[in-house]
Amino acid sequence: MSTFLEVRDLKVDFPVEDGVVHAVNGLSFKLEQGKSLGIVGESGSGKSVTSLAIMGLLKESSAIVSGEILLDGQDLVAASESDMRKLRGTKASMIFQDSLAALHPYFRVGKQIAEVYKSHNKVSKADAKKRAIEMLDLVGIPQPDKRFNDYPHQFSGGMRQRVMIAMALSCNPKLLIADEPTTALDVTVQAQILELLKSIQKQFGTSVILITHDLGVISEFADDVLVMYAGRAVETGSVVDVLTKPQHPYSWGLLSSIPTLETTINKFHSISGTPPSMLNLASGCAFEPRCEFKSSVPGGKCASNIPDLIETSPNHQSRCYLDTAQRANLLTPPEFSVQK
Amino acid sequence: MFNYFIKRVIASIVLLFAVIFVTFGLFMAVPADPARLSCGKTCSEETKIGIRHAMEIDIPFSEQYKRFVKGLFVDRIYNQGSTVARTCEAPCLGFSFRTDENVTDLLQRRAPVTFSLALGASILWLTGGVLFGMLSALKRGKLVDKLVQSVALFGSSLQIYLIGWVLSLYLVIRNNILPTPAYVSPFESITSWAGGMLLPWITLAFISMSGYARLTRSGMLETLSEDYVRTARSNGLTKSRVYFRHTLRGAITPIITIFGLDLGGLLGGAVITESTFGLKGVGRLSLEAVYELDLPIIIGTVIFGAFFIIVANLIVDMLYAVLDPKVRISK
Repeated sequence: MSTFLEVRDLKVDFPVEDGVVHAVNGLSFKLEQGKSLGIVGESGSGKSVTSLAIMGLLKESSAIVSGEILLDGQDLVAASESDMRKLRGTKASMIFQDSLAALHPYFRVGKQIAEVYKSHNKVSKADAKKRAIEMLDLVGIPQPDKRFNDYPHQFSGGMRQRVMIAMALSCNPKLLIADEPTTALDVTVQAQILELLKSIQKQFGTSVILITHDLGVISEFADDVLVMYAGRAVETGSVVDVLTKPQHPYSWGLLSSIPTLETTINKFHSISGTPPSMLNLASGCAFEPRCEFKSSVPGGKCASNIPDLIETSPNHQSRCYLDTAQRANLLTPPEFSVQK
Repeated sequence: MFNYFIKRVIASIVLLFAVIFVTFGLFMAVPADPARLSCGKTCSEETKIGIRHAMEIDIPFSEQYKRFVKGLFVDRIYNQGSTVARTCEAPCLGFSFRTDENVTDLLQRRAPVTFSLALGASILWLTGGVLFGMLSALKRGKLVDKLVQSVALFGSSLQIYLIGWVLSLYLVIRNNILPTPAYVSPFESITSWAGGMLLPWITLAFISMSGYARLTRSGMLETLSEDYVRTARSNGLTKSRVYFRHTLRGAITPIITIFGLDLGGLLGGAVITESTFGLKGVGRLSLEAVYELDLPIIIGTVIFGAFFIIVANLIVDMLYAVLDPKVRISK
């Protein structure tokens, strides 16, 4: 399998009145053709900003993007806005969390899909319409020729997210970024949408980046996981490795916070403290103030230095000073079943 | 949906009648004697009584009102059966106290001037306001934006009678760039019509454009941060599509609303603009009538104006349903 997307040392800064917000601080990862990567992290950890940077949607904002984003060999950080425009929808596409807000409320859904198809392909209006109906059918919307004429508010949440997917895939992109696509949906519909994404991925060989803070969704869907904290990857690896053998206190904390049927109300585990302000990042490990295990690292090293992303086992890296032997004892999460 | 429209139409008609009732009652309570207006102080008492009789204002108020409202729908015959009987065709608004002219005819003659002024100016200010507002929003913080905003602020603080005269002075009197403002029927000569109306259009449009530019700017900025605009961009639509179709469509509803109401108000008479440029429109007519306490004309122009405001409100309400599919389906 060849690498389809490679992000190298991505940095995104937003200059604001009080200084500079460092939303992403040197993020690197690879995604192979047809594979899926789950990105997890708290709000403000830089997940969405990363995806916007890949899509080139930060180009016309005040954001300063540096590093490299190689999509099929082409560097997107250096690409012009007009090159990016042609590439959006055709090579890389994105779906968003709130499908009601993300679809234009005043246009018929079919027309919105046809418009995307038509703007990338020299086709007649009738052909664009045919394509839109075909896409609606593909994502499992019953009576697609009739629903073509409906407005977004006439669809249920799940159906609307299917419309979003139909629109994003209408020009056969090879990369789909799904930014919390199931957050606003109830659990059964969530499962259906994930199932749909999976089958599409299989059928078209699409690479998928799934952004979420739901580890359950990750375990069901992704091949690899990237755990982000304060704009950096703190742990990456295969789903099974990261979710069953976490090597970073933050990943461990996330996994321990998942309630099980046996959890009683006052026994919920939580990571104390709040995420750091991205405006003035400390010189040490960003997670240090909240880390339960910092005392196990001698010399207060965590407060002054940022650990590197180090391979702890093949294809499994983490950014932590704890030594490997210690981790096995300290970071044992409650049993987490990965459905593969 | 259909029921909603019917209800709104009925409500509008009721409202119009309420306006007629209040206007009629209010102005007829003013102690203005038509007899004095039409023949001055030298009139004999008999002439005055004769005039009052001819105008049918020597009968009780309720009877006057009844005849007035009836006259709006069927031809009204003043002093029926007598030798001085005369017919006022429906919709009858009575005769001028001063000149004895039929008010409906007078309005009919004056209305084209006002309509020409209102339509031309409103098209100009709507397109100009929206374009400048969009430009300003898309170049937020840049020089163009600051320039548009400053001019808009300047424009909205100006008065028509100031800028109208200044423009007249420089563009017409001193430099002959524009023809002298005057009304020529477009059926006679479309070019003289447009030429004669050009300065009034520009003046009125400039003043009103400011508000539309600011409204469009804020609407565009708000819509630009909507998720659906991000979706349009993330699907690789061209900039012009994203801005002119997706963003503008999201921002245009309040602009159309205000435009409808402004236009409705203006069709009833643009008092200041017409006076500034000496155009004999409905606004000028009402102003003259007020100076002379010519009550039938005042009542006529008020009802005329109210009619357009009510109709504009009705149209705007219905437009909502066209503009917003959510309203269309749920009602």
